[in-house]
Amino acid sequence: MARKIGDVILEVDDLHTYIFTRWGTVKAVDGVSFSLREGEALGVVGESGCGKTMTALSLLRLTPRPAARIVKGSIRLMGENILDKTERQMRDIRGRRISMILQDPQTSLNPVFTIGNQLIEAVKIHHKDGHKSLVRRAIEALQHVRVAAPDRRVKDYPHQMSGGMKQRVVGAIAISCEPRVIIADEPTTSLDVTIQAQYLRLLREIQEETNLSLIFITHDFGIVAKMCDRVMVMYAGRVVETGPVRSIFNRPSHPYTQALLNSVPNMDEDVERLYSITGQPPALWDLPPGCRFAARCPYADDRCRNEYPPSFPVGEGHTADCWKLASS
Amino acid sequence: MSANGTPILQVQELVKHFPVVEGMLWTKVVGWVKAVDGISFSVQEGETLAIVGESGCGKTTTAKLILRLEEPTSGHVLVEGKDVHGLSGDDLKEYRTTVQAVFQDPWSSLSPRMRVQEIVAEPLVVNKRMSSDEVKHRVAEIMASVGLRPQQATLYPHEFSGGQRQRIAVASALVSSPKLIVLDEPVSALDVSIRAQIMNLLVDLQRQFNVSYLLIAHHLATTRYMAHEVAVMYLGKIVERSKTKELFKNPLHPYTKALFSAALPAHPDITREEIILPGEVPSPINPPSGCRFHPRCPSAMPHCSQVEPQPKEIVAGHLVACHLY
Repeated sequence: MARKIGDVILEVDDLHTYIFTRWGTVKAVDGVSFSLREGEALGVVGESGCGKTMTALSLLRLTPRPAARIVKGSIRLMGENILDKTERQMRDIRGRRISMILQDPQTSLNPVFTIGNQLIEAVKIHHKDGHKSLVRRAIEALQHVRVAAPDRRVKDYPHQMSGGMKQRVVGAIAISCEPRVIIADEPTTSLDVTIQAQYLRLLREIQEETNLSLIFITHDFGIVAKMCDRVMVMYAGRVVETGPVRSIFNRPSHPYTQALLNSVPNMDEDVERLYSITGQPPALWDLPPGCRFAARCPYADDRCRNEYPPSFPVGEGHTADCWKLASS
Repeated sequence: MSANGTPILQVQELVKHFPVVEGMLWTKVVGWVKAVDGISFSVQEGETLAIVGESGCGKTTTAKLILRLEEPTSGHVLVEGKDVHGLSGDDLKEYRTTVQAVFQDPWSSLSPRMRVQEIVAEPLVVNKRMSSDEVKHRVAEIMASVGLRPQQATLYPHEFSGGQRQRIAVASALVSSPKLIVLDEPVSALDVSIRAQIMNLLVDLQRQFNVSYLLIAHHLATTRYMAHEVAVMYLGKIVERSKTKELFKNPLHPYTKALFSAALPAHPDITREEIILPGEVPSPINPPSGCRFHPRCPSAMPHCSQVEPQPKEIVAGHLVACHLY
């Protein structure tokens, strides 16, 4: 393993991204802080609507405009606060320092352009080269993601490729300008099991070759177990628990994390009955004053419902936001 | 979970080939997509059979053939001993109440213009002669057993969350007291914490009503939790079939082994032998000769490309189609 965990490359502090709608303010990201080191893989786990994708889009400053705005906090990427950057400066940062692999290659590739064209489009922004050398770069990028016969494949249209192959192309576009941080937003949910295994291994290999930092956005603890060093669990716009992967799996301390881990059927042993969380997550425009999980939590009391808990340490680099940890 | 007498569902040598057409008015058949190519299995009363496989393996076509949404090229589907594709008149109505389905996506499988009451009652209204009072009574009863409140009967689907919608779909499938429900990826469109609710509900309802399930899934852990028996499909063929416990303890076919090794671990300390299959599933238009898995198989032998392996019973009830055994 050539991968080496280095210095902090990305530091997010007290990030608030709100969406302003006619019906009220949706607090999609409501005070999220974390850091990411060079060569590290961080998993962001949560259900739909917990704010994990909005967090990722905030890092790229690609939140939907004009409705969504980053209202508070800072995002320091390689020492610079990207919230101070102009749109023109951001264009330089996106792709070269931080980029993203989207969930569904079916919709993230343009059907009317060849994949070569789409690769060149990404490379051209950062490299003012002649057409020939751009094509060469595109072919190299395809080689990098192990696409067979890349010199012929650059002329293909997306419909001529299988789902797994298209996702490789999306990956090639993301790494084509050698970014230091890649955000992978549910990168394998649309892929078949054996193709998913191929793709995860590819990401692992690329990470080892280039010592990239990866952020995996997922709802699947399996991906976290296989790929990540650290994990943060999000619920209703906030991080409720964060820590090293083994520590979280061995000692999940927030009731939500415990419930999530126990509600997934296990491949390796028989489970008598799955734990199921009752109810639904709260509406993000009408959040309770206390712990956001209180309404679904079997251990909640009055303090939980009225006062948001601070982070309590659980282990080395492992914290959870739950009042039940205060007494112990 | 007893198995007395004939199984609820018997599938015998089922084949479905779709023509590939081109030319003027699409009259020229240039090839055949062999979606399902000679599969046999049966489902016992009160039990669950899971069909697992990747996209294009024919699992959805199999479900459609059983639901009578496609005509088979050859072979038979027997429900309670009667050939489904030869039914007409009252027998057909009877079949339509005996076999029901729950689909993957509760956002598209429920009509947005119908109230929950009407959606759930539809199988009764169409297929059974019941007075409207009886229908209402039955709908209320079944809504309670899937965990919906009777007041919700007058709402429309858009007023529900994903998990509740899937409960509505399950209620509609159960209302006619079916013997068999085809579950096509029933939880994969739902959020993680909601999946467990629906899986537990389905397991409970099976115990309560002694209904059989045919579960179509790609997620192995789900099948381990829900199914009594599992059939693994690859390119239109069943390559391995066994009781769930036995299969997870002792997978035999190289494809099954690869599927198991590709499944994500439940804990970071679980490391599996990494079997990464080269390439992708070939096209079912011209499937490879001999064993269809041989081009990707790590233990392929020379005669694998020539002779098609026949299913062999290795341990009682554990069938595998592979030349290694």
